[in-house]
Amino acid sequence: MTPDVSITIRDLCVRRGGKLVLPGVSLDVRPGVVTGLLGPSGSGKTTLMRAIVGVQVVESGEVDVLGEPAGSLRNRKRVGYVTQAPSVYGDLTVRENLRYFARIVAASDQRVEESIATVDLGDQADQVVRTLSGGERSRVSLASALVGNPGVLVLDEPTVGLDPVLRRDLWRAFHTLAGGGTTLLASSHVMDEAERCDDLILMREGRIVATGSPDELRGRTGQDDLEQAFLTLAEAA
Amino acid sequence: MTPRITLATAGRVLRQIRRDRRTLALILVVPPVLLTLFKYVFYGQEVTFNRVGPPMVGLFPFISMFLVTSIAMLRERTTGTLERLMSLPLAKLDLLLGYGIAFAGLAVVQATLTALVAFGLLGLETDGPVWLILALAVGNALLGMALGLFLSAFAQTEFQAVQFMPAFVLPQILLCGLIVARDQMARALELVSSVLPLTYAYDALARATADDLGARLAVDVAVLGGAVVLALVLGATTLRRRTA
Repeated sequence: MTPDVSITIRDLCVRRGGKLVLPGVSLDVRPGVVTGLLGPSGSGKTTLMRAIVGVQVVESGEVDVLGEPAGSLRNRKRVGYVTQAPSVYGDLTVRENLRYFARIVAASDQRVEESIATVDLGDQADQVVRTLSGGERSRVSLASALVGNPGVLVLDEPTVGLDPVLRRDLWRAFHTLAGGGTTLLASSHVMDEAERCDDLILMREGRIVATGSPDELRGRTGQDDLEQAFLTLAEAA
Repeated sequence: MTPRITLATAGRVLRQIRRDRRTLALILVVPPVLLTLFKYVFYGQEVTFNRVGPPMVGLFPFISMFLVTSIAMLRERTTGTLERLMSLPLAKLDLLLGYGIAFAGLAVVQATLTALVAFGLLGLETDGPVWLILALAVGNALLGMALGLFLSAFAQTEFQAVQFMPAFVLPQILLCGLIVARDQMARALELVSSVLPLTYAYDALARATADDLGARLAVDVAVLGGAVVLALVLGATTLRRRTA
């Protein structure tokens, strides 16, 4: 039986450059679904994700992932993180990058090939990453996180700048992963991606404005359009 | 730490350098070329060339590995790969030792090639064992790597990192005794030089060159080893799992 919550955040405060960017956030994220973290740029999405991954200095509050504090050794093995800017080695090939990250998480070479296939980079596998396009580079970064079969996958704007076909394919891949029990948390600042999520978290200025499924949020606001629903909720908050 | 991860890191670092053919060529070709230059600058002064030549074989890796490591580490920080590594089950020691193994290996190749040219083609002569000079060259490479790794934390750009070379490396070379014997320097500089790690690295190389394999050499090697460990510990403190 899978637990019904995989990420628990209680009263999380994060201060950056003297400013309280997360002034006491509390939140639960379910496993087995894709949760979208929506909000304008600068609303604290990345900071929240970094706290979940355990790379953010936090002032106070609790962040538990899969029943352990964020950033614990066990969690570093089972939480995958894809930063907004691709964080891979530009002077190595796609396959060399993935093999290195696979060694660190003790994943097999077969997993390397599967991850390359998931992000559709089979033809570029032996190409040096620096020579790839921006979209291709972010897919290498995504594949580097997939290689360890993480139980929790934290994705910061994973589909920015990708062509629509690939974007659709990746969202399908995310739902397949979720179907297998993985917790997926993906941030976005564009509302059309919200439609593709099972759960939504709307953020604004470091605070959670609303949570719920797209249908719930539409129902609650009486708006058909999620963008309008977000505006209604943000103004009411 | 995990040997699997340490070795994977060493392999990854070497693969990156191998991809950068021009840097690799510069690391391997420049020291022999500079030594050749040295021989003809001291044209007909065999004694001077034989005094300065062997220690130089051992000092080149210090400079090369300092530069390569500080830039490589700065790139890890600025491109986000360091943050990714810190979010993975990689111990800081895996990263430090991985870099150490990679650059020690590269230093072996560099110093061997330089020694082959120097002792084989240029007619450089030494009273001491050549293997000891090579071993000290590897020690110096590790010192350069560890210092570069530590100092890279204080650079925001590659421009700054490169400027650390004249700021932190050149004074050590000036004061280590290679150019002027330390007891002939102004007293204050002699005192300063006694706390700089390269002074002991040079002294060890000079003693190895003169076949003076006594207790002082052992002290030099111990200080060199201690400096490497200290610089690595300082470097480790700059690797943070959590950042602001």
